[in-house]
Amino acid sequence: MDLETFWFCLIALLWAGYFVLEGFDFGVGMLLPFVPRDDAERGTLLRTIGPVWDGNEVWLIVAGGATFAAFPAWYATMFSGFYVALLLVLVFLIVRVVSFEWRGKSESPRWRSVWAWANTIGSFGASLVWGVGLAALLSGTPIGSDGHYAGSFWDLFSPYTLVAGVAAVLLFTFHGATFLTLRTVGELHDRAERAARRLALPAVALGAVFVIWTVAVAIDRNDKDLFPPALPAAIALVALVLAPLFLVRGRNGRAFSMTGIGIVASVATLFTSLYPRVMVSSPDFGNSLTVSDAASSHYALTVMSVVALVFVPLVLLYQGWSYYVFRHRVGDEPVGS
Amino acid sequence: MAPMSMLAVTTVDLARIQFATTSLYHFLFVPLTLGLAPLVAVMQTLWYRGRGDHWLRLTRFFGTLMLINFAIGVATGLVQEFQFGMNWSVYSTYVGDVFGAPLAIEGLAAFMLESTFLGLWIFGWDRLPRRVHLATIWLLALGTWLSAFFIIVANSWMQRPVGSHVVDGRAELTDVWALMTNRFGIAAFTHVILVGLTTAAAIVFGVGCWHLVRGRNRELFRPAVKLALIVGVPISALNLAVGSHLGVVVTDYQPMKIAATEAQWTTCQPCSFSLFQIGGFSSDDETPSFSIQIPRLLSVLATGSLDGQVQGMNELQQQDEATFGPGDYTPPIRTAYWSMRIMAYAGTLVFLVFALGAFLLWRGRLETTRWFLWAGVLTIPLPYIAALAGWVLSEVGRQPWIVWGLLKTADANSPSVSTSTIAFSLAVFAALYGALAVVDFVLMRRYARLDPPELGGDGDEFSLPAVEY
Repeated sequence: MDLETFWFCLIALLWAGYFVLEGFDFGVGMLLPFVPRDDAERGTLLRTIGPVWDGNEVWLIVAGGATFAAFPAWYATMFSGFYVALLLVLVFLIVRVVSFEWRGKSESPRWRSVWAWANTIGSFGASLVWGVGLAALLSGTPIGSDGHYAGSFWDLFSPYTLVAGVAAVLLFTFHGATFLTLRTVGELHDRAERAARRLALPAVALGAVFVIWTVAVAIDRNDKDLFPPALPAAIALVALVLAPLFLVRGRNGRAFSMTGIGIVASVATLFTSLYPRVMVSSPDFGNSLTVSDAASSHYALTVMSVVALVFVPLVLLYQGWSYYVFRHRVGDEPVGS
Repeated sequence: MAPMSMLAVTTVDLARIQFATTSLYHFLFVPLTLGLAPLVAVMQTLWYRGRGDHWLRLTRFFGTLMLINFAIGVATGLVQEFQFGMNWSVYSTYVGDVFGAPLAIEGLAAFMLESTFLGLWIFGWDRLPRRVHLATIWLLALGTWLSAFFIIVANSWMQRPVGSHVVDGRAELTDVWALMTNRFGIAAFTHVILVGLTTAAAIVFGVGCWHLVRGRNRELFRPAVKLALIVGVPISALNLAVGSHLGVVVTDYQPMKIAATEAQWTTCQPCSFSLFQIGGFSSDDETPSFSIQIPRLLSVLATGSLDGQVQGMNELQQQDEATFGPGDYTPPIRTAYWSMRIMAYAGTLVFLVFALGAFLLWRGRLETTRWFLWAGVLTIPLPYIAALAGWVLSEVGRQPWIVWGLLKTADANSPSVSTSTIAFSLAVFAALYGALAVVDFVLMRRYARLDPPELGGDGDEFSLPAVEY
């Protein structure tokens, strides 16, 4: 595999990591108005993700930085082209970040409710826009022959990208609900379980539609064959179907693994469908941006590869450790140290 | 009808305004994080080493302030990363090969460390052995410093491009070691870290003074004020020296920036330093109508020698025209001149306050000198003013270049983004950031004035940051 392909895969991996991790804390955010009965329970829900959400979000920052470093032209065209969408993402994420810190800073019920809603809206909005935006990389947006974006905000939207956006919202919510079944106790746990079961059907159905449609778009608009995109797509479908089956048998841990694998494989389907292009141009397919058009020099990619090979395992190690430290259910922790 | 060229200028202007305002805003939160993380780590270490439970209470007290501050730092930092691509796509394509690397490494090596260990620190009080928990705050502090290092490496390449060459109209990395050890970057990084520590010392000192002048929690804030002075006096003094050294480095690589900063039109040797002047800021008015000068000081500041030569703007403009073709290569002079002085005067004032505080503490009169305690409280904004002015100097002084000598700001924005789109996003950020600033200020003020609860006493269980979730 050449370095350019390696970096394309690594960026896909970073996005997958971002969605599988931040996916459940977006999900918890979106469930805030529905699963808890009162403010104390909303606090419990936020504490299930409290220690980890910030680290999860850094996966996005690294994905963005890696795209800038490895594929400057991709970063430049995508970020300037998807301007309004990214502005929306920023607003949603900023509001969400401060909501975590600020909700608890006053006793006023109104204040606390405002920031709980801010968290929900931020989580929902960011999930929706990411779904639409990443799908638009594949379904195609107008790109000029000079490599600059030639469309508008509305060019991001098509039936396919809208399905991708809604699928992201539903899958993350489902993923978050199964996460909560592992992190809560008592009544809250039972309600989280019911929420997960209720969400299972629509989430899996839309996830499946997204994955299958992605392969179809790849063949139709990106000059791809059925294989290889069909391979991650098949894995995604199997995982998504298994998740509810585990859930009804009370095997919540396995169900959570399946929603996680489902999300990772869905992202893999999208990126496999995209390769060797990074942004499909439509209607002028010839203007599409490819991996080799957009890539940095061999030297820069080599340096970055060394950095990645040292730091990615290290990050996985200590983030994994942090998940291990906070493995207990909230409300059921061992007391003292 | 405005001609197209005027519209293009407006787009760049708006993109610049957006970058300037969001970056300065972001940097309101950065120095305190850089400085308070190690200071809180020191407090926790003192407690761990058995130097008294009041250090634990102080750890929690200032830890809470750090977290309120940190949240907005993280939130507004995202904007910074996205903004390069959103508003400056030509720049991004041109520099990504070089500039992208430190940015990506910052995320992978620094932000990951910072965010993960922040979570472990906030929620790990009862979960981790004390020694391991202490390590988490030190790793958090390390993460903040690493992040400062990599972003300064990136910025310093814009000031002095090294370790790269230009191929097919874009810069390519040729030597990552040269990039990381850029002389400009080392000086700027040291300066930023010292600014961070000075800011944190000023906050701990100011908040401590406020409690002392109110006669509240004396037993707690007396040691805090002492710690702030132990850190603040040498660090702020060292910072003045390092800042001055950075000036010498700038003279070597960006002589035009220094000339503009000093409103120096003609080459001089030796050069006097203008403390204050009226007029002299434009080419049709080169001689100030009034000024206060210190002989030879500019030679010392800019070159490190008593009779060093400083090139004037007129000569440099001619040289630049010969090298780069026709154009105006002078940055906004008035802005450069005043931002440098605001920075230097505010920074010096902070040092003087710390020094006087240390003197009063030594004579045992600190707690009874009420006017000085109030002065300590009023010192809090000064490091912020100095830091923001310093960034204005550094970035405005780089104009018209976005990458010194390689790419002009006016050629670097996103051609696909319209004026109205940037105007819209500018309005969105103004509204959002304005609201965040108000809430943040109210929260910081409230938590800074809180009485830290006794350990094990009433309200103690709520003093853990995590419980507030």
